Amino acid sequence: MRLHGRAHKFGDDVNTDYIISGRHKFKTLDMKELARHVMEDLDPEFSSKVSKGDFIVAGKNFGCGSSREQAPLAIINADISAVLAKSFARIFYRNCINTGLPVLECDTDLIQAGDELEVDLAAGVIHNLTSGVDIPIKPLPPVMLKILSDGGLVEHFKKHGTFKFD
Amino acid sequence: MGKTLAEKILSNKSGVDAYANEIVVADLDFVMGQDGTSPLAIQAFREMNGQKVFDRARVAMVIDHSAPSPLEGVSALHHGMREFAAEQGVILYDIGEGVCHQLMPERGHVVPGDLVIGADSHTCTYGAINAFSTGVGSTDLAAGIISGKLWFKVPESIKFVLNGELSPGVYSKDLILYLIGQVTADGATYMAAEFTGSAIRAMSVEARFTISNMAIEMGAKVGLMEADQKTISWVRRHTDRPFTPVAADPDAVYAEVREYDVSSLGPQVACPHTVDNVKPVEEVAGTPIQQCFIGTCTNGRLEDLRIAADILRGEKVNRGTRLIVAPASRQVMLDAIAEGIIQVFLEAGAAVVTPGCGCCVGTHNGVPSDGENVLSTANRNFKGRMGNNKAFIYLASPATVAASALTGRITDPRDFVK
Ligand code: SF4
Repeated sequence: MRLHGRAHKFGDDVNTDYIISGRHKFKTLDMKELARHVMEDLDPEFSSKVSKGDFIVAGKNFGCGSSREQAPLAIINADISAVLAKSFARIFYRNCINTGLPVLECDTDLIQAGDELEVDLAAGVIHNLTSGVDIPIKPLPPVMLKILSDGGLVEHFKKHGTFKFD
Repeated sequence: MGKTLAEKILSNKSGVDAYANEIVVADLDFVMGQDGTSPLAIQAFREMNGQKVFDRARVAMVIDHSAPSPLEGVSALHHGMREFAAEQGVILYDIGEGVCHQLMPERGHVVPGDLVIGADSHTCTYGAINAFSTGVGSTDLAAGIISGKLWFKVPESIKFVLNGELSPGVYSKDLILYLIGQVTADGATYMAAEFTGSAIRAMSVEARFTISNMAIEMGAKVGLMEADQKTISWVRRHTDRPFTPVAADPDAVYAEVREYDVSSLGPQVACPHTVDNVKPVEEVAGTPIQQCFIGTCTNGRLEDLRIAADILRGEKVNRGTRLIVAPASRQVMLDAIAEGIIQVFLEAGAAVVTPGCGCCVGTHNGVPSDGENVLSTANRNFKGRMGNNKAFIYLASPATVAASALTGRITDPRDFVK
């Protein structure tokens, strides 16, 4: 699978309150509505700047804070195709795999705001088309690959009725 | 090879002799969701073709985050939880019962040695009573509700050895804020934190909950403690379910061991907008405060309210400062009424709100205005956390918040502790 888009850059420790604020997420299960408010406490214009397939690119500890699964779901519904960061907080990371949002650990210092990127998930590499640099992606643990390849945890359960990792 | 607390509990529950970094599928003792996460979990439960929960006595749903409902949209989500609870026969704690993390141990749903998941990041709270309890998202919760199992990566452990004695006016909240400042917001990511030492042993179980509650604020998956006599008698007062406490082996392997002497520690304040931006109270004393908040799963227990009431008794909250108090549960509120504590708050000029999350997460019960400073006993001070991204949130102990409510400025509580 190849993903293609532009980088929107953020700093370290982006928490799930910033990704989608509690004042919005408690109101509705309509993820398209929540998607309009993604990242708005950090950049009020963010959702209008995104073109389909773009990437969120951040520093360390992306997704820290609350366990809200509305965070990855709102990102997916904002048409972001993957999140690239130096590291991720644990619950958010699991939630992304479970909901089918690729989360890629890599050296994001090699990416500037606005850079055009092509992500090759199978090869585990990001091509920075703007700078010409190739950036390796840290491989996912096999359990997570299995869930992602089934299409998320809901599909995994539909298929197997329970956890099934061979 | 010896095992850490985390390795022991995950081995017991998975039937595999497991060590750090291995993946296990383990049996869950209890599963909990709250009103911000359960609606999505119920949706996932249906999508997964879930028919029945694995054990209705071991699943609870708690309406605490936005309760009573301030909005139609929220009311609809609460309605869905009530319907699901009735259909499946699971435990429902409706509005006014209290914060999920107070209710789980208080109602005897968690005992030492247990493996518990909750769709709320502060599920790590029950580590204080020797349970491996951790936060998950809604889809993991749904999988847990259906199967009674979840997969875990066995975490590496970081051990905090906390010796010495806390001075008067300094509390477990100051200690955990200090540690988070030292370790930083991601210093323990993917790891289990283990807290031990004479300072922990000297604390009440209530004070220990405050420490485990905030383990997630350094990125940790759990905040575990061993069970001592205090733990055992505390748990016995809340349930008669049998249990076997778990201890770490002397030759267990830790990724890191950090030792501290807490004797010289003073009151601490986490400053906007990150929990690890921690300063000694002296450095921020004098900062004007418009709203004070005492409550939450971190510091809304009876002991916390008692500490605050001892400072507020016979005094009045500063003009120009509001004080909001949310007891952590109905039982806490009843006990506080019986002790005359709620009377003290009301006479001091506080607004006492429904047991539950209060204004912690910005959905109701006291959203600050633009540019206002808030001093809170909660566990998070992220921008926008309390519903306004132009407000500034400081975190401190109940004593510091109570003293500051009287002066209208961040105040060292040591001058007020009688
Ligand atoms: S009191 Fe605050 S931190 Fe605790 S569960 Fe409620 S919203 Fe979360």
